[in-house]
Amino acid sequence: MSGHLMHHIVRFGRTLRAAGVPITPSQIVAFVRALEWIPLENRELFYHTARCTLVCRREDLETFDRVFEWFWRNPLMGGQLPPGLLGTAPGPIRRRENRPRPAEAGHRPAPEPRSENPEAPPMILTDRAMTYSPLEILRRKQFERFSEEEIQLARQLMARLRWQIHERETRRLRPGPKGEQMDLRRTAQRGLRHYGEWVRLLWRTRKRKPRPLVVLCDISGSMERYARMLLHFLHALSHTRRHVETFVFGTRLTRITRCLHHRDLDEALREVSRTVMDWSGGTRIGECLHVFNRDWGRRVLGRGAVVMIISDGWDRGDVKLLGQEMERLQKSCYRLIWLNPLLGIPGYQPLTRGMQAALPYIDDFLPVHNLVSLEQLAAHLERLPSRRSARRSGLARPVSSVEPE
Amino acid sequence: MFPHSVDEVIRALEAHRYITERGLATAIFLALRLNRPLFLEGEPGVGKTEVAKVLADLLETELIRLQCYEGLDVHSAVYEWDYARQILQIRMLEASGERDEGRIRQQIFSPDFLIKRPLLQALEAKNGRPPVLLIDELDRADEEFEAFLLELLSDWQITIPEIGTVRAEQPPVVVITSNRTREIHDALKRRCLYFWIDYPSFEKEIQIVRTRIPEAPERLTRQIVAFVQELRRLDLYKLPGVAETLDWTAALLALDRTELDPAVTDETLGVLLKYQDDVLKVRGEIAQDLLAKALMRAETAPGNV
Repeated sequence: MSGHLMHHIVRFGRTLRAAGVPITPSQIVAFVRALEWIPLENRELFYHTARCTLVCRREDLETFDRVFEWFWRNPLMGGQLPPGLLGTAPGPIRRRENRPRPAEAGHRPAPEPRSENPEAPPMILTDRAMTYSPLEILRRKQFERFSEEEIQLARQLMARLRWQIHERETRRLRPGPKGEQMDLRRTAQRGLRHYGEWVRLLWRTRKRKPRPLVVLCDISGSMERYARMLLHFLHALSHTRRHVETFVFGTRLTRITRCLHHRDLDEALREVSRTVMDWSGGTRIGECLHVFNRDWGRRVLGRGAVVMIISDGWDRGDVKLLGQEMERLQKSCYRLIWLNPLLGIPGYQPLTRGMQAALPYIDDFLPVHNLVSLEQLAAHLERLPSRRSARRSGLARPVSSVEPE
Repeated sequence: MFPHSVDEVIRALEAHRYITERGLATAIFLALRLNRPLFLEGEPGVGKTEVAKVLADLLETELIRLQCYEGLDVHSAVYEWDYARQILQIRMLEASGERDEGRIRQQIFSPDFLIKRPLLQALEAKNGRPPVLLIDELDRADEEFEAFLLELLSDWQITIPEIGTVRAEQPPVVVITSNRTREIHDALKRRCLYFWIDYPSFEKEIQIVRTRIPEAPERLTRQIVAFVQELRRLDLYKLPGVAETLDWTAALLALDRTELDPAVTDETLGVLLKYQDDVLKVRGEIAQDLLAKALMRAETAPGNV
């Protein structure tokens, strides 16, 4: 292969990386090896070859197509991406470049709690710098009344909360002292010591794994007061457990899981505000849940997921749709939890139309207005029942009105 | 046969009644040439599994299928010992006076007592041709199995402690499919040639139905495909795949229909849509609306023979 082409290919790879498609050197090698087998003058084949060797995620296909079109029109110009192409998909490499070093960011990242002792209590909320009572006051203070310093302090406390979500039994078996299935392989092996006599039966038991967690957080106007603390909460949550998917919604649904992957909270929040387009606007919960159910449900709700919706239930959208989508959501997850910041206010009644439509399909209706409520939530998640709660059948809904004559 | 160009792949696939696009044909061609696994993603019913079956036909070799599920482990994916026969053998050896543990062990842990599961089978070429290994719906398996697969796909060898290492002389042709109910780790996908199979275009789908169900009248075929294509533009939980189009065509043929009308469309919607909510939404007015559009398109759009 000519040195020129080689050079362009390497630059093409670099350009793709700059556009956010994560490509490894081994993929470039595979691409070059593949080119030995196709006629180079055929542009279409060249394109398909590049596509199937360099891209391995559907999300990246579109970016790839645009970069390909742009780069190979005149490869000599390559290197500087036009502004429209830069960072269309946030890839890990671009993030690494943009992230300020901890020293530049102005403060140390919150210390991570790394207590691996399973016997330890689920939450450690002692801070030696504070006496008991101010801490106690802060824990019970409502989020919207927090001062700037208190937010910083609460942030540290939040990072120390331990989230141990109820584990589900997987179908993977592993050797265990007792169990429902016999471990024939080990029993037979052991038996050989006794001339094939199965002296002792050995068992296999089910392996346990934490359930995936999916959070849908309302960021519309009425939730604005809580938004900041809730985002801190979401950030802390996605850094204490592995399988957390996070979405925010107002008039549209946005996935912010990748934004929250930044260890540094401020950088993560900046990334979130760049991604989210509908801050403090109206709320159309039903429509957003519909989009979630359609586009994401099958991808993130498998394996017994626990879903948490954080919203005050003020809805300006289609209430009937909200009910339907709540029903579908509840059917496709293990447990559906609704966290409402207003529930912390004494005397609050969930009377809004949206809340009324959603209530029948909620498994747990809990407050989220101060640190204590978060601790309670953590305790609740740890003790989820090992069975799903009873689900309403879709047939309970009157269907006659929808059917034609 | 072993294809020598992308066009040859397309022709060979067509000869085996699989209509495809250039992108997928390129990926298949390269998978064969570079000995890399083919990783296919796409909505259910777009013909991912079919690729492996057709490939096995085309290469005139055996198809070995591994259906994934959660908890899939070495015992059911790679190998297992036949314990019942081992015990019998021990008893027989004992009866014949054999007392030496080493010799007994050697006898009962020989390949004769090994039950080969798909992955081990795939390492052995039959008649000098490596088999096609289909790892179906990998997203259903758990991360543990994925990690094991990663190792296998790079070395093509499996170690059985009692016997030793089994290595493939010719690595099998591997097709992995996923429905994306879970994201497969990038490390695994990077070792493969990745292709996302989309729903086919109007013309392609007509061609598919024609090839698969040649007895369907041309007019009906065009109407069916036009209707399904319209249906895919709707906001539904589960869009009908090509498999559903074929099922529907077969269903309408069984009902002796030669063209679509509102009544039969409403009655047979369940063949296309698999969620009650979707059926309720489409049935009636929307279906009639779509039908009107589809009939128009079937008459006017190109794609005629």
